Amino acid sequence: MKRVYVKEEWCLGCHLCEYNCAFANSGQKDMITALKGKPIYPRIHVEGDEKITYAVSCRHCTDPMCIKSCIAGAISKVDGVVKVDQNKCVGCLTCVLVCPYGALAPSESGIMQKCELCLENTCGSPACVKGCPNRAIVYEER
Amino acid sequence: MSVEYIFPEFEVIRKPERCIACRVCERQCSNEVHVFDPATGVMISDEAKCVDCQRCVSLCPTHALKIVKNESTFRENANWQNDTIKEVYKQANSGGVLLSSMGNPKPFPVYWDKILINASQVTNPPIDPLREPMETSVFLGKKPEKIKFDENGKIKCELTPQIELSMPVMFSAMSYGSISYNAHASLARAATELGILYNTGEGGLHEDFYCYGPNTIVQVASGRFGVHENYLNAGAAVEIKMGQGAKPGIGGHLPGTKIVGDVSRTRMIPEGSDAISPAPHHDIYSIEDLRQLVFSLKEATEYKKPVIVKVAAVHNIAAIASGIARSGADIIAIDGFRGGTGAAPTRIRDNVGIPIELALAAVDQRLREEGIRGNVSLVVGGSIRCASDVVKAIALGADACYIATAAVLALGCHLCRTCQTGKCNWGIATQRPDLVKRLNPEIGTERLVNLLTAWKHEIKELMGGMGINSIEALRGNRLMLRGIGLNSKELEILGISHAGE
Amino acid sequence: MKTEGQIRIPSGCAIAAVISKEGKKMSGEAITNSMRPMHDRSNGLGGGFAGYGIYPDYKEFYALHMFFDDRTTRKETETFLKERFEIVKSEIIPTRKMPAITNEPLIWRYFVAPLKSVLDRMQLDEREFVARTVMKINSEMKGAFVFSSGKNMGAFKAVGFPEDVGEFYRLEEYEGYSWTAHGRYPTNTPGWWGGAHPFTLLDYSIVHNGEISSYDANRRYIEMFGYKCTLQTDTEVITYIMDYLIRVQGLSPRDAANVIAAPFWETIDKTSDPAEKERLMYLRKVFPSLLITGPFSIVFGYKGGLMALNDRLKLRSMVVGEKDDMTYIASEEAAIRVMEPNVDKIWAPAGGEPVIINVKDGVSL
Repeated sequence: MKRVYVKEEWCLGCHLCEYNCAFANSGQKDMITALKGKPIYPRIHVEGDEKITYAVSCRHCTDPMCIKSCIAGAISKVDGVVKVDQNKCVGCLTCVLVCPYGALAPSESGIMQKCELCLENTCGSPACVKGCPNRAIVYEER
Repeated sequence: MSVEYIFPEFEVIRKPERCIACRVCERQCSNEVHVFDPATGVMISDEAKCVDCQRCVSLCPTHALKIVKNESTFRENANWQNDTIKEVYKQANSGGVLLSSMGNPKPFPVYWDKILINASQVTNPPIDPLREPMETSVFLGKKPEKIKFDENGKIKCELTPQIELSMPVMFSAMSYGSISYNAHASLARAATELGILYNTGEGGLHEDFYCYGPNTIVQVASGRFGVHENYLNAGAAVEIKMGQGAKPGIGGHLPGTKIVGDVSRTRMIPEGSDAISPAPHHDIYSIEDLRQLVFSLKEATEYKKPVIVKVAAVHNIAAIASGIARSGADIIAIDGFRGGTGAAPTRIRDNVGIPIELALAAVDQRLREEGIRGNVSLVVGGSIRCASDVVKAIALGADACYIATAAVLALGCHLCRTCQTGKCNWGIATQRPDLVKRLNPEIGTERLVNLLTAWKHEIKELMGGMGINSIEALRGNRLMLRGIGLNSKELEILGISHAGE
Repeated sequence: MKTEGQIRIPSGCAIAAVISKEGKKMSGEAITNSMRPMHDRSNGLGGGFAGYGIYPDYKEFYALHMFFDDRTTRKETETFLKERFEIVKSEIIPTRKMPAITNEPLIWRYFVAPLKSVLDRMQLDEREFVARTVMKINSEMKGAFVFSSGKNMGAFKAVGFPEDVGEFYRLEEYEGYSWTAHGRYPTNTPGWWGGAHPFTLLDYSIVHNGEISSYDANRRYIEMFGYKCTLQTDTEVITYIMDYLIRVQGLSPRDAANVIAAPFWETIDKTSDPAEKERLMYLRKVFPSLLITGPFSIVFGYKGGLMALNDRLKLRSMVVGEKDDMTYIASEEAAIRVMEPNVDKIWAPAGGEPVIINVKDGVSL
């Protein structure tokens, strides 16, 4: 299946992916309305130091640790995409502990959220990929 | 300096209602114009550092930024204009020669814009490139004066080396050092994909790019940087650089700060040392010396590579070209005074040389009058901006065009003309690793291929309109051109009639 | 208003030609008649013919056909000629007075041989010398124009409809083994006698229908080799190109056709015979500036043969017919049917494919 991959060689550390992600999942039509004056809760995070940067988001593992660890059964895999059921999540953060990539993080309300490839929001395909100025994040079949 | 004589050239306008303080502008500006103020939570800017490269504007996700010309002005004076006054202040501050980058920005006439192209009506049908074959391939190199036959009367098909181009455009010389590894990678890959050639410039050829040899012109300039036997044999042609349109009569100077790592290795000079190309080749003080270098290079490459001699368009260019055409060179490249540069003394860039349109017309005509036009192919550069410039250049008599400014524009350059600082925010004219990586060659290649594919379509449309289905029939076809708003001397030099004639 | 030579004038046209492979002689009547059904392809501003084998008694001499504006020009030109040539015969070309043809210049012909002493002095081959002299008269001597300069051949042309021009020159009184004809449709000129076709140099003649888009590229290239395109017509430049390729470079008519109507690169790439591929590629690489684009159909006449050729896209009509030893070429089939109603085979050659017809070897011309 198509997944989001990161090419750290081309990542500029500009953090645009985080803002594009936060906007895509905000349900708003306009980025300014969605993000102005608020802390953002993106599902992708740019990590790194002075020398190297790269964006981290869910790998949609073949055998996801987060699903196994979820005490509420809130995480499941649907058509290859790992999803969080916001109604079931109790915010215990176990998934954060077990995820080897640090791909899960709580939303503003404390309920867990993660990259679901923008398949169900207004963007339709990963917003981080569309908005990356240097093609450092790609969405492809490998 | 306690008194700021020069006010900032640009103003950074940030619309507070749009800014979401994502700090992309701050992270992307190598000139450190933008800073986030944690106390107030807003972005602030130091406009004095802004060069108007537009990087922040292009990346701002909410279009909150624009860079405008600072309206602050000295008292109006037609003689002492703003720029002139500022230059005096700069020199009074520094005591140095003013440096600039890219081509001559002064309002000299652009003859391309005063030439119009013909189209067929009634007596001769236009040809639709979507329905009929339309050929843009050209071969550069010497044509034999006399056909030879074997004992059976069969033609002996022997030709001196030729360069085949899928369209009459090549990427002009830009050295590795003056531009980045990724810019070179983009040019090399695009040239290969397009079936054209790019040019190493005088900085040698990085070992990673030897694989693009069949689409590479290797340059030999006065500093001889990076020149060795394998280098000469790596390309499809060898170019001797005698001069450059942006700075005729001047050598080159790549500051030691840019001679780092691979650049140093490729140039074969120590890290941190300034790379200074002398103004002349010190083994060429006259035309007969040039002939010796031409043949030295041919010997070194076993007569398998055409030799190009590149000169700047100067006043007596026709006579110079005639000399070169008899020097054994296969191709003459002429660079007009609007050609770009990574750095040139401002006075030279803005005042020396002549427009390529006039130089081309004069050279082509002179070589024909002397009956030696077939000895050489003519390549022209120095501000070929679009497909119609290419068509006009071919019709004036060029075999092909060199483009460089248009190519770096395709790579993202916004012509801020501060290449000499080495802080190119677009990853082109810089060696800083964090900036170089901003140009992903995959994107660069794609954009260059797109640009020239688009030009090729346009060239075909223009040719079809004239009823010409092969670029050969356009070359030197000056009847297809008319001047507009030109005086009779200009028309005479261009060898064209005025519109309406 | 600018006249021919001062400005480039586009024109449409009709062409026709006939040749006997056996070298059998035919009068100029049939070719004159062939132009009648194509009357509407001309507009009365130019018509002409070329006949080969028409001067058997003077076949060793160059036949110079000339127009003069007046008697003084003629006298001056004759003095000029006498310094260079032995003139064995000079006479007025016989014409028939007719209302359709007016404003005729003085029309003369001279049978000449270059003076050996002059040739030695200039170190020139005889044909090169004649060609240069023709070029000199036409570009430098105002009011004098050489419109035919080959051996045992001649061009006849005038302002008028071609069928009238044929009658005017009494072509029925000449006998030739091949003939070409032309009717002209210039778009904006009063017409000038010298501007009519055929255009000739030595024994090469061209009749042409079309308007080539490569004109100035071709002109500026060919002028490097001493040719002067004084008329600014396609026909003139094509004639010079053929002369350059065949006489100067030594190519065959087929090679020359592959230069001026070179196959597309794509076609060359697909050529299976490697030697043929190499030849086509070589010719195209060596003579890029002699590629002719835009519409044309031409008949190229030379001693002992004709070559018919269309542009690469076949943007002008041209058909070829055969009957016994005769080959006919014309813009329209009707013209061929006038010459031979029972023609055996008739076809339209493809664009860029030369049709070359030579008189059989061994036939004395």
